[in-house]
Amino acid sequence: MAFQIDDSRPIFMQIADKIEDDIIEERLPEETQVPSTNQFAAFYQINPATAAKGVNLLVDQGILYKKRGIGMFVATGAREKLIEKRKQEFYEHYVVTTVKEAAKLGITTEQLTDMIRRGGSGQ
Amino acid sequence: MSQAVVEVRQLCKSYTDVTAVNDVSFRMEENRIYGFLGRNGVGKTTIMHMITAQLFPTSGEVKVFGQSPYENEAVLRNICFIKEGQRYPDYFTVKDVLDVASTIFPNWDAAYANELMEEFRLPRKRIVKKLSRGMLSSVGIVVGLASRAPLTIFDEPYLGLDAVAREMFYDHLIEDYTRYPRTVVLSTHLIDEVSRLLEHVIVIDQGRVILDAESEELRGCACTVVGPADKVEAFVQGKKVIRREPFASMISATVMGETGGAIQQEAEQAGLKTSAVSLQDLIVSLTRVEKAVNRG
Repeated sequence: MAFQIDDSRPIFMQIADKIEDDIIEERLPEETQVPSTNQFAAFYQINPATAAKGVNLLVDQGILYKKRGIGMFVATGAREKLIEKRKQEFYEHYVVTTVKEAAKLGITTEQLTDMIRRGGSGQ
Repeated sequence: MSQAVVEVRQLCKSYTDVTAVNDVSFRMEENRIYGFLGRNGVGKTTIMHMITAQLFPTSGEVKVFGQSPYENEAVLRNICFIKEGQRYPDYFTVKDVLDVASTIFPNWDAAYANELMEEFRLPRKRIVKKLSRGMLSSVGIVVGLASRAPLTIFDEPYLGLDAVAREMFYDHLIEDYTRYPRTVVLSTHLIDEVSRLLEHVIVIDQGRVILDAESEELRGCACTVVGPADKVEAFVQGKKVIRREPFASMISATVMGETGGAIQQEAEQAGLKTSAVSLQDLIVSLTRVEKAVNRG
């Protein structure tokens, strides 16, 4: 598994992000069951309370919901909701910093859009 | 707030010429995993000996499960203390150790102990004295896990244990703790290895508590910034700097901020290079500064 926990942020946030990625990339389709808190804890060797905090973060946002006595499931509409959220984050994290760095290097807006076109076509 | 399993107030332990433990207060709550961390010889083991009633405090109060632990059978049978270099009678075999443990601990799970024995490849009939260093540590781990004691303390449990055996220990600890929650205290130098298992950390330095915090809150609360001296100085102005290293015209400084990684973003926006600080780095930095301050 390509997922590594790092030291830059609380683990529960990283667990929540990991579940979000799985939903966005459809490894966890809507209305399927997500692994239990204990499974997360065992798999990533983390404290179960930390895993629970990550899962609950997504429950609070309506991304996951609890079926009593069965477990956690991905809510209908979760993927769309997450993609909207990620688009906003993409703008803040990537676009803004890219434009800033470009300005530092003297890259014009035109050159930058050109680079993006080239990058996008895989050349 | 959930029930306090350990409650220590203004605890002191002095010997003729040294104060080993100086005004220590903290509480440990039910069914959580604690890291009890710090450098060698700072008083950790002394504190653990007082919690487990093997040493009397000079002053202050110790309560375990709400009671004084001294000569208190009801409290003591609920504590399992696995310490570094535990000694056993010379003629004891591994089996003898487990048999004795099974009579001491009310929650002892013999089937689980056997399963662990297999996994750690412990020879049941071997005289304990003839075990290798690592095997001796494994015996402690088996006893600590299978005791399922409501308060289980591991004090440097893995002298001589290889990485594989340590991984096995962490796996079992998480799995068994999930099934049978209890209060676990881990005292170790291998902070990076255990940091993600810990829910809360208490750091001791020079006989005092210097940090008592949720481990998730400590993640991302500090970051190291690198950049030209003037830029770094401007950034760290008014912040808590726990480490500062000049390097040519540059400075590398570790600063503590709020939780949630905000400080790293702030530093990046200020145009500084940043890197994350692990729990181990954080504790190393904190226990170094304390020393420098006391010297000066």
